[in-house]
Amino acid sequence: MSLERTKRSVSDPAATTVVVMRLYIANNAPNSIRAVANLEAICREHLQDKFKLEIIDVLEYPLRALADGILVTPSLAKMSPSPATNIVGNLSDKSSVLQALGIEASVA
Amino acid sequence: MGGKKNAASEPLPKTATGIPGFDELSRGGLPRNRTTLLKGGPGSGKTVFALQTLVNAIRRRREPGIFVAFEESAREISANAATFDWGLPSLARNKLFFLEAHLSPEVVQSGEFDLTGMLAMLKAKKEEIGAKWIVFDGIDVLLTLLHNPISEMREIYRIRDWLADNEVSAIITAKVDGDGSKITNYSFLQFMVACVISFERRLEYGVALHRIEITKYRGSDFVAGEYPVSFGPSGMEVGAPESTEIMHEASTERVSSGFERLDTMLGGGLFRGSSTLITGVPGTSKTTLAGKFAEAACQRGERTLFVSFDEGAAPIQRNLSSVGIQLNPHVKSGLLRMYSGRTESIGAEDHLVKLKALIREHRPRCMVIDPLSAIAKAGGLVAARAVANRLIYMVKDEEVTVVVTAVNTGDDRQIEATDLQISTIADTWIHLSYLIRSGERNRALTIIKSRGGWHSNQVRELVLSNAGPMLADVYTAGGEVLMGTLRWEKEGEEKAKTTRRRAEFDHKRRELQVAEADTRARITGLQKDLERQRVELAMYSNENEVRIVSSSEREKELRRIRSADPEGRSTNGGGGRFAKRRASNGSRKLESEKEAQDES
Repeated sequence: MSLERTKRSVSDPAATTVVVMRLYIANNAPNSIRAVANLEAICREHLQDKFKLEIIDVLEYPLRALADGILVTPSLAKMSPSPATNIVGNLSDKSSVLQALGIEASVA
Repeated sequence: MGGKKNAASEPLPKTATGIPGFDELSRGGLPRNRTTLLKGGPGSGKTVFALQTLVNAIRRRREPGIFVAFEESAREISANAATFDWGLPSLARNKLFFLEAHLSPEVVQSGEFDLTGMLAMLKAKKEEIGAKWIVFDGIDVLLTLLHNPISEMREIYRIRDWLADNEVSAIITAKVDGDGSKITNYSFLQFMVACVISFERRLEYGVALHRIEITKYRGSDFVAGEYPVSFGPSGMEVGAPESTEIMHEASTERVSSGFERLDTMLGGGLFRGSSTLITGVPGTSKTTLAGKFAEAACQRGERTLFVSFDEGAAPIQRNLSSVGIQLNPHVKSGLLRMYSGRTESIGAEDHLVKLKALIREHRPRCMVIDPLSAIAKAGGLVAARAVANRLIYMVKDEEVTVVVTAVNTGDDRQIEATDLQISTIADTWIHLSYLIRSGERNRALTIIKSRGGWHSNQVRELVLSNAGPMLADVYTAGGEVLMGTLRWEKEGEEKAKTTRRRAEFDHKRRELQVAEADTRARITGLQKDLERQRVELAMYSNENEVRIVSSSEREKELRRIRSADPEGRSTNGGGGRFAKRRASNGSRKLESEKEAQDES
């Protein structure tokens, strides 16, 4: 499935691409709450409905997070489109998030 | 809180690290279920210490552990650990868990993060494998990513609370350069832990020297001060002071030095398990002397270790065989182990570790280190001194009879004595020197000291030939020691003198013999005279007696015949007659005899 999306993103960037992301949080830790809020705001503003977000509570699924290679919380992993990127922090620096997600173009 | 009160009254529970020397310094290891901070510069051995503790815990007590690597990747750490015989890859995955907490440079940072998630994951992993140990390696790397002192402080607190909640012995390592650190709350980090160990790596003469010091140990006694650290095949080793009490067996058994004359000079040889120091400038045959000792040991069937720091095994064997010392057969039989070490590349500490391993492996009864002074070449005199001391004590602990050589650059013994300072702990000190006279260098051997025994104070000349080295007497003339050609000349001179003396003596004896014979002859003649005179005297006095007797007899007879003479008158008359006859003694001798005969 991700392969399919990758192909499509290559051929047709920006417009129709669905950004698949996973946000790892630590329950209601302040930074985690802030990260959720920041990410939701970015998505609303820049991606409308062209995104898929999974929020994983590390406190609930620690071994899964470990297997996913997560180190600190909050941590955002962009699965697709390629290249996969990782962003750590509460996502308060909006421009760096947009750049990492590859949606900088639409801002400008 | 109740637990803390107990901790004050009861001895702090500790867990041994299994790092040789460190458990002695810390009096038992690291505090159990508490946190230890390892601080020090890059490459000072913090990671090795932590990893070795973990490996030992798994191997010796089956205590699983977690290693969180903030700075290096798991691959880098594995590669580093592969230089030791820990068998890291073979440790079951469920015994040692590596968390590569190394944030890749590709990771974008946007705003603050915290360790809540990570600690939750570690808790889950800890419970899964039943970890008793956790290592946070390079926590400074993670903390500096927080860019904010307040955040740093907050995360340190978080870790502290986590460690307090999870019963686990923890090791945190942090890079510290000098007294400072990039971590703003570094002092708090020191405060929150129960134990702080400082690591130091410094370069001395291009060689890295490692040091370790326990700077804090809450609720526990420990050995204060800096101690040398070395890295051997089995990992880190701390040069902890061996028990302050020296407890070597004092043997009264003597072993040969390889030279009968030297043994005699030493009062019977070297004591078993003693240490002998041979000093001298280059070329004074220290190696030859040591080689002879090794050969003698092998000939007795004793396992021997020959450590050389300036030549390879092959050239040593060849050189020694040129002076009649054959080590080759003993190497072949496995009795003798030759080891040549390079001294420029590795620190003195590492030599110690290597030699320890060699001793364990070969189990020698006799050992040669030639020259021990070479270890000072690599990395500082102070370290080399400590190593030399520990080396000798170590060898003595193993009851190995050791001969070490040391080069002194000047011919001044005082310089040597202060150089490695091993002369004070060596039991026997033999000094070899050159005496240069009349265009010759000759080797002189002196015993400077020999503990526990009488030793000769005389200088001997060490003569090398292809028949083997030997010790020769030296001549002292007018306070000067004569050797070589001078000795030979002196010997010749002495010989000639002796011959001359002998001839003179013979002559005198003969003279005296003649004189004696003469005297004896004269005595014989005189004795004959004496005898003759005695006989004559005896004869004469006999005749006289006869005369007296006969005359008095005659008078008595006359008185009897006449039967009236008073006694007084007859006596007088007799005396008168006697006096008269005495005067004409010689001529009337025969006559009187005749008369006596007639009368009887």
